[in-house]
Amino acid sequence: MISSRVIREDILRMIHSAGSGHPGGSLSLVEILLHLYWKEMRIDPERPQWEDRDRLVLSKGHGAPALYSILSRRGYFPIEKLDTLRKFGSGLEGHPHMQSLPGLDCSTGSLGQGLGIAAGLALGLSIRKSSARVFCILGDGELQEGSIWESAMSIPALKQMNITVIVDRNHVQLDDAVDKVIPIEPLTYKWRAFGWAVAICNGHDSDDIEKAFSTKSDKPLVIIAETVKGKGVSFMENQALWHGKAPDEDQLQKALEELE
Amino acid sequence: MRATREGYVEGLLDAGEKDERVVVVDGDVSRSTGTTAFKKRFPDRFFNLGIAEQNMAEYSAGLALAGFMPFYSTYAVFAAGRAWDQIRTSICNMNLDVRIGGAHGGTSAGPDGATHQALEDIAITRVIPNMTVLVPADANQTRQAVLSSLDIDGPVYIRYGRNPVAELYDRDETVVPGRGRLLREGRHASIIAVGAMVAISIEAAKMLSRKGIEVSVADMVSIKPLDVKLINYLSDITELVVTAEDHQIAGGLFGAVSEYMSENCPRKIIPVGVNNRFGCSGSPEEVMAHCGLTAAIIAGKVEKTLKNR
Repeated sequence: MISSRVIREDILRMIHSAGSGHPGGSLSLVEILLHLYWKEMRIDPERPQWEDRDRLVLSKGHGAPALYSILSRRGYFPIEKLDTLRKFGSGLEGHPHMQSLPGLDCSTGSLGQGLGIAAGLALGLSIRKSSARVFCILGDGELQEGSIWESAMSIPALKQMNITVIVDRNHVQLDDAVDKVIPIEPLTYKWRAFGWAVAICNGHDSDDIEKAFSTKSDKPLVIIAETVKGKGVSFMENQALWHGKAPDEDQLQKALEELE
Repeated sequence: MRATREGYVEGLLDAGEKDERVVVVDGDVSRSTGTTAFKKRFPDRFFNLGIAEQNMAEYSAGLALAGFMPFYSTYAVFAAGRAWDQIRTSICNMNLDVRIGGAHGGTSAGPDGATHQALEDIAITRVIPNMTVLVPADANQTRQAVLSSLDIDGPVYIRYGRNPVAELYDRDETVVPGRGRLLREGRHASIIAVGAMVAISIEAAKMLSRKGIEVSVADMVSIKPLDVKLINYLSDITELVVTAEDHQIAGGLFGAVSEYMSENCPRKIIPVGVNNRFGCSGSPEEVMAHCGLTAAIIAGKVEKTLKNR
């Protein structure tokens, strides 16, 4: 498995080069994506359209830089392409556009829609009797979208066991701390009340993530991954300001020096 | 007289037999719209997601990603309106093979009142890239619209109604995207109509004929893509065009025809439709009369405009 430092470096360079993007919520995703693409998902980068591959729906589409770095490092497209994030004609759209880049299983970007799409995809795969699984990553601020809870209600009702949800619980949204905007707690109780099994993990600890994914239950699983927005860069950590802002040259250098 | 919703369900059943990709997603209105018949015939391919239109649209997007062709249907106000961002950003931006059935289109929801009368659905669906918009005029044509959608790439919106309307077409009359249907030819004016207004326009044409005014009547079942050949033909043979729709004037059929003609074949275009107002409770006939959607009003507008030339 490639190191999280490489992915974080990619993310920072890409967003710096693009001049815009979402560093905070990309940096919080790194270890979750590493686990999915190197340990959890049954995929074949040589066959991105393989019918029985596991799928990822990154419902928090603004985390695209993290996903792009992961996909290129996993071999879906050349690493040099990462420099073209958000640039005209590059395929690395500001928010993922499935038809523009190999390895993307779904276009996302309008918050609140990914869970239902993942559920429909999982339903289709199970009708087809495919053993493929679907993973869906939600932002924590995204849980303020009502449509998320429509899907959270229907997935257990339809006994959809081939879907796993990960909440990137980084506690910060665009304007402020999630708790200060519209609190979403008690999160565990909410998901349980909707019929889910809940596992909580440190979303930056690969062993802990792996343990959470191995949770056994007869209910669909949601993993609440406790993360740090802007993880790895001291001046970005937990700062709403860095939700959607590109580092300038000095900030980039400072950030790169800090990465472990 | 038969309701177009009956044709929609017949189409679904035939489509289900023909094509294994077809699955149906409903939002707790299956007894009202008749999709229970599909559930009965294909229990493993029917999913009722409850009163959650956004979720229906999202599941449908996901099912399409898995290679299926989902038809999701509920009342048009909710099918198109409540789930609009899902339709735009997930279904249309990914150009997915999702079919959206807009039931109770136009004033056909009559007594239910303004909340349930979809008068904006054509406007908000046709404006989205990749979308095909079909508005059939009778039950047989609705069945054919459903069947024709099996061969269309990308998303399709099919609008149909709740109440019996006159039967205009044979059972095997096909629907082709980008093609309308010229039902009557006359050189004094042309009426381009959709949905329930097609039969009413024929009635208007007959009223005018008795006064010596001969008008063409075209059924623009494919609002998007628009049948521009048919419009070119009508604008060649007539000076005056009237559009007739059970929908807001802004953004619907009048909008689509005006957009094309203003650039390509400018003519006077008179709209008959709902003019910037909500509907209200009443029988569909009463509400239509109240909103100005009658044969007499169409005929009157044609006659007056021709007289003032």
